[in-house]
Amino acid sequence: MNLQIALLLGQDGVTSGAIYALLALALVLVFAVTRVIFIPQGEFVAFGALTLAGLQADRLPGTIWLLLALGTAIALVEGGAALRQRRYRRIPLILLVNCAAPLLLAGALVAVSPAGLPLPIQVLLALMLVVPLGPMIYRLVYQPVAEVSVLALLIVSVAVHVTLIGLGLFFFGAEGSRTPAFTEVSFEFGEAVLQGQTILVVVASLVLIIALYFFFERTLYGKALRATAMNRTGARLMGISGQLAGMLSFTLAAAIGAFSGILISPITTIYYDSGFLIGLKGFVGAIIGGLASYPVAAAGAVLVGLLESYSSFWASAFKEVIVFTLILPVLLWRSLTTRHPEEG
Amino acid sequence: MRRSPYDTYLLLLFVGVLAVAPAVLPEFYVTLLNYIGLYSIVALGLVMLTGVGGLTSFGQAAFAGLGAYTSAVLTTVYGVSPWLTLPAGLLITSLVAVSLGLVTLRLSGHFLPLGTIAWGISLYYLFGNIDALGGHTGIAGIPPLQIGEVELRSGRDFFYLIWAVLLGTVLATRNLLDSREGRAIRALKGGSVMAEAMGVDTPRSKIVVFTVAALYAGVSGWLYAHLQRFVNPTPFSLTQGIEYLFMAVVGGVSHVWGAIVGAGLITVLKQSLQDWLPRLLGQSGNFEAIVFGLLMILVLHRARDGVWPMIDRLLPQRVLHGSFSGAEDLPRRPRPQAGSVLLEVHDGSKRFGGLVANDRVSFTVRAGEVMALIGPNGAGKSTMFNGISGVDPLSSGTVSFRGQRVESLPARDIARLGMSRTFQHVRLLPGMTVIENVAIGAHLRGGKGFVAAACRADRSEEARLLKEAARQIERCGLAEQMYESAGSLPLGKQRLVEIARALAADPCLLLLDEPAAGLRFLEKQALAELLRRLRDEGIGILLVEHDMDFVMGLADRVMVMEFGQKLASGLPEEVQRNPLVVEAYLGGVE
Repeated sequence: MNLQIALLLGQDGVTSGAIYALLALALVLVFAVTRVIFIPQGEFVAFGALTLAGLQADRLPGTIWLLLALGTAIALVEGGAALRQRRYRRIPLILLVNCAAPLLLAGALVAVSPAGLPLPIQVLLALMLVVPLGPMIYRLVYQPVAEVSVLALLIVSVAVHVTLIGLGLFFFGAEGSRTPAFTEVSFEFGEAVLQGQTILVVVASLVLIIALYFFFERTLYGKALRATAMNRTGARLMGISGQLAGMLSFTLAAAIGAFSGILISPITTIYYDSGFLIGLKGFVGAIIGGLASYPVAAAGAVLVGLLESYSSFWASAFKEVIVFTLILPVLLWRSLTTRHPEEG
Repeated sequence: MRRSPYDTYLLLLFVGVLAVAPAVLPEFYVTLLNYIGLYSIVALGLVMLTGVGGLTSFGQAAFAGLGAYTSAVLTTVYGVSPWLTLPAGLLITSLVAVSLGLVTLRLSGHFLPLGTIAWGISLYYLFGNIDALGGHTGIAGIPPLQIGEVELRSGRDFFYLIWAVLLGTVLATRNLLDSREGRAIRALKGGSVMAEAMGVDTPRSKIVVFTVAALYAGVSGWLYAHLQRFVNPTPFSLTQGIEYLFMAVVGGVSHVWGAIVGAGLITVLKQSLQDWLPRLLGQSGNFEAIVFGLLMILVLHRARDGVWPMIDRLLPQRVLHGSFSGAEDLPRRPRPQAGSVLLEVHDGSKRFGGLVANDRVSFTVRAGEVMALIGPNGAGKSTMFNGISGVDPLSSGTVSFRGQRVESLPARDIARLGMSRTFQHVRLLPGMTVIENVAIGAHLRGGKGFVAAACRADRSEEARLLKEAARQIERCGLAEQMYESAGSLPLGKQRLVEIARALAADPCLLLLDEPAAGLRFLEKQALAELLRRLRDEGIGILLVEHDMDFVMGLADRVMVMEFGQKLASGLPEEVQRNPLVVEAYLGGVE
């Protein structure tokens, strides 16, 4: 390995590390607020990337059907509850948010040809299609069982993951997609070439992380989420609804996932099931942070990215083995440093 | 354990149907049944792990892969007999399971499943990328199993072997759950604090149940390798590992038969979905995942116990209890001499961050006396209890029990020395019967392990343990509730069950945390009478209680605590007259 290759690998590692860091943050956030280990995080990455690719190829992305179906299901659940409680005034709003909005979006997609739109609008459309799925899934799948054990919630998560993978295959087919780069700019440092897309990924990740920091430190909703993470019951007594906190954290996680997918789809080909491994690598990072600390999780994720990148050079066949075996020494270290194993 | 009285007949019927099945069914169904059998063995391990032990693994397919690949390599490359590769595969499986367990089981419950996901993926890629293991193409030409002169070449021949192994595992599992070690595993689900206080080595129990589940998977993998006579990485992937968990959950994760029902349902469903879903959707692909995922969510929302309890409900129920009246009594530990010092706490302090919950508290408890610890709420009484019993050790100070320093021992070792306790917030296993709950208290008075339990070599010891449990239950006045589930009793009675459980450990020192709360007047009188009798037997009793009539009528000595400090101590009458105590309880006169 010469310096040029080392730099190239490092660049690759930092790029994927930045993505893993974003995902790790989302995972820590969701776990802290709702106790859900959000295995389907990776599916949002794939759905984001493939929805954008579909829009650019002028196909109606399958995610719109999922959006419509989930919206209808929520409208039925909430509308039914409103009918039983005789709160008829709520029904128009329920229908508007859950049925009319997705229908409008679908109509717009059919009416205009998304392939001709400028890239930022395409990205925005893709996010509008994918991000609402997060809170909708929370509302339908997690909220009814919000009080069960972490273990049961984990099994629910795996079930959601399996469902979404199957739907991903149905929506997007087995072929992978790669979107054109956001920018063709590249810089040369001596022999090393720095791709503009790489810089974009890293900068966008950093901006997002800083934005999240301000969200949690400076805004009321951010503080409400932190309060829920620290003490669920206490936060509820202070008037912070668990449902709101859950939906908000799932919205953030879905947005981070979908946006990560959009960021990396010009760099790597994304298949309907690629998200799972990407999300799990975010997990390895998050576990390094003990599913609790944001900075350690982010640092761990970058470490995972670098490890992956360098091991793909030395032993490319064993890349995944190395990355996922890393979790064992990490867990061992955590188990030796954790004092209270569990309190019944 | 609760069982249907027709259980045995059902089992016989089941065996009968199985015996004739291969003779009458077409090849396709025999193959299907073979797979159901193989999957059931793995799912059964998950029932033990998830439904009974409260742990979860997504990596069972990888354990099956270890069993399969070990046999594949040893038979094809080294020509070892398949019957020798089974123990070799199981050895490797258990080594991996134990190391994985050691790494993850000390952490909170969700790290084990996450660890197994990572391990499932690692092993899958490892199988697929090592040339010696055939890479993604796999290993072909695995020899068939041979019993005597008969080679098991066809699915029909294999059928009996698979289902015999499955039935063997079902019986062993059922036996194991209905035993001393089984109760310890079942206690894991209620959190480790109570189990540890009763002397159960909970990390060991967790590792054992995880290893047993892994071994079941290993056996299934070994059978698979010789049935298919070909292995590749696909059937041992994480996807399959997830499917195994689905089988257990859909079938009924807390029931032995749930594993078979679940494996059958999922396998048949998968078969038919793979047939018509692609036709319906107009594409080819594994779309059954969508249905499985939704089905799982539905089960977890609407019927968390799975399908088996719905079937079970249709069968008449009866509580089975073996006769133990003829069993010998358990040996009792020698009583310390009445009046000798049992427990001595010196300068015991406990700090939670900046909060000092116990501040240099010293006291003694003697054999044959009732020492009461009283004080307003938040005075630090329960904290002191947890410190003495090792549940949450003191920050500083010493605790001597029967002349031995115990302040840094884990709760289970202190329990072994003869200290037993109850909890302020009742910690019973609500789904288990009263006698099973109480028998957990006698855990340390038996010694038979997992293997003995699985093959029913523990029956005489088990009868003695149950007899002892029954004796303590009768003593606490609960004879009528002996076979009711503990969760169905009113809170006051549950407290009595806790006392019976503590007594089943044959303690020298009994720590009772608010035993009279929630009891009615007559029940309180009966409890006081019981405690007096225990005292006369030479047991030392340390009591935390708010009911002053109860305390003052019973205690030999009283210690009053306030804000973590010792306020006063002495005879009940002295303490009652102490102006400091009066002020603490009633407020000072301004």
